[in-house]
Amino acid sequence: MLHTKLEINNLVFTYNKGASFEKKALDNVNLKIGAGEFMGLIGCTGSGKSTLIQQFNALLKPESGNVLLDGTDIHADKSRLKEVRRKVGLVFQYPEQQLFEETVAKDVAFGPKNLGLPAEEIEERVKWALDMVGLTPEMGEQSPFDLSGGQKRRAAIAGVLAMKPEVLVLDEPAAGLDPVGRDEILMKIREMHKRTGITIILVSHSMEDVARLVERIAVINGGRIVMDDIPAAVFSRAPELEQMGLSAPQAALLAQELQKRGFRLRDGLYTVEDVVAAVAQELSVNKGLNHK
Amino acid sequence: MNVTIGQYYPADSFVHQLDPRVKLLGVTLFIAALFTVNSFAGYAFIAVCMGLAIYATKVPPIFMLRGLRALIFILIFTSALNIFFTAGNTVLVSFWVITITLEGILNAIRMVSRLTMLIVGSSVLTLTTTPIKLTDAIEYVLGPFKRIGVPAHEIAMMMSIALRFIPTLLEEIDRIMKAQMARGADFDTGGLIKKAKSLVPLLVPLFISAFRRADELAVAMEARCYRGDINRTKMKVMRLERRDFKALWVMLVFSAAIVLLKIYI
Ligand SMILES: Nc1ncnc2c1ncn2[C@@H]1O[C@H](COP(=O)(O)OP(=O)(O)OP(=O)(O)O)[C@@H](O)[C@H]1O
Ligand SMILES: [Mg+2]
Repeated sequence: MLHTKLEINNLVFTYNKGASFEKKALDNVNLKIGAGEFMGLIGCTGSGKSTLIQQFNALLKPESGNVLLDGTDIHADKSRLKEVRRKVGLVFQYPEQQLFEETVAKDVAFGPKNLGLPAEEIEERVKWALDMVGLTPEMGEQSPFDLSGGQKRRAAIAGVLAMKPEVLVLDEPAAGLDPVGRDEILMKIREMHKRTGITIILVSHSMEDVARLVERIAVINGGRIVMDDIPAAVFSRAPELEQMGLSAPQAALLAQELQKRGFRLRDGLYTVEDVVAAVAQELSVNKGLNHK
Repeated sequence: MNVTIGQYYPADSFVHQLDPRVKLLGVTLFIAALFTVNSFAGYAFIAVCMGLAIYATKVPPIFMLRGLRALIFILIFTSALNIFFTAGNTVLVSFWVITITLEGILNAIRMVSRLTMLIVGSSVLTLTTTPIKLTDAIEYVLGPFKRIGVPAHEIAMMMSIALRFIPTLLEEIDRIMKAQMARGADFDTGGLIKKAKSLVPLLVPLFISAFRRADELAVAMEARCYRGDINRTKMKVMRLERRDFKALWVMLVFSAAIVLLKIYI
């Protein structure tokens, strides 16, 4: 087993504690994320995903319970807060709304600058981060506001990458993009994981997006982690997912339905490619039988 | 982020239920009275009336005093100015260039009580009236000036929109701050210049999003054929009730008393 990068123990968090309108957003959350893992965090809207990931880099403070990064409590030492935020890079929902510099490159440099790195190092990191998200150096000289929606989003992700985080958390990185932009971003993230081996936590409410990428899925509902398993196992519990306002990928649902109707497919299929292959194989076998 | 917006304090009181126009008139009379009287008896009378009004609102008095917190500096400054720079005959203390006269001290007391009552009294209005009702009342009051080209409805509309978007912007600030903090931004430490500089990554996105929102709202309003005040009807029509007339009577008596105080004392 990989060594544990991030560990969340019995974490409880309430917004507006003590007020009449207080809201318990996280309720006894336990989660372990191994170094180099690519994990999906899934839940319907309002389930507490964004609240949970803000605990990962100490933007929010737990009411009880703790968050361990490489085994140390992130709230133990206030002076290490910056260090924690560098190690755990958090890309917010709609991150393109935080761009503010005149050029993309300057914006990407904002994080490394805050770390107090030397100029050459910053420049190098900016180049590297832009390349990582698939933006050309020429685009780096443009104003961020002249880019397309998908490019802006990638520029914003580069801004976090440039801090060279050890854990990268992405909150709905594909939300609000057209299908092409969506695929581009998700593929870039997968590529990033392959090339650098960093730990990635991908937040989404769409199983479809996550299914093709991650190795493990945690499902959060009403502030609790209700499932935590490999994708195939999670998707096999389709009725439960539906009750939580989620759904398994359509390919998985199709495979399950075909199984019920007598197709002999193996369990745990969930990507379109796998289902197509399995169904094709089954059909050709069947055809052979029918002809006899 | 914990910011209470506006000052409205919900409660079920006679004052809360009053027509906002009546309350607006009441506050206007109250302010006029403050600037009419200059005897201590007059101030005492106004203070008692104000106390009764506050009691009637069922709002904890501490909320009324909160408005003073922001103005404490102005209050101190005003009284200092009056104490040290009022010329008078009855000199109490005199050393070096400083002379303190009885007139000065009296003046200071007068000014401070005037300002204090002004703020506390007006907060009775804002604490018991929702911003929406208040803008309705303001639109009504500005109504007669439409003839001379005052865009009464538009002014009221702008006020309600501004009020509506305050919480949205606060949320936005919270979100952007967190996002920049995740990139190592530091909004808390450093000197004045460093702090001001650190606001750029917050303000630029904030302005962009505010303009975007304004634009979207304008388009949405136009798409629904919104066109100012022409032939618009109100969802909540303001109508004077029995209690409003009662309040108007009280105000009339109050004004009469102020006039009498002014003449005879
Ligand atoms: N700043 C806040 N103040 C008060 N309550 C909040 C705040 N942010 C979130 N909440 C509440 O906490 C709960 C969890 O919100 P959260 O933003 O974590 O959900 P989410 O899973 O990220 O949803 P989405 O998919 O819509 O982004 C919600 O019920 C929400 O209303
Ligand atoms: Mg969210």
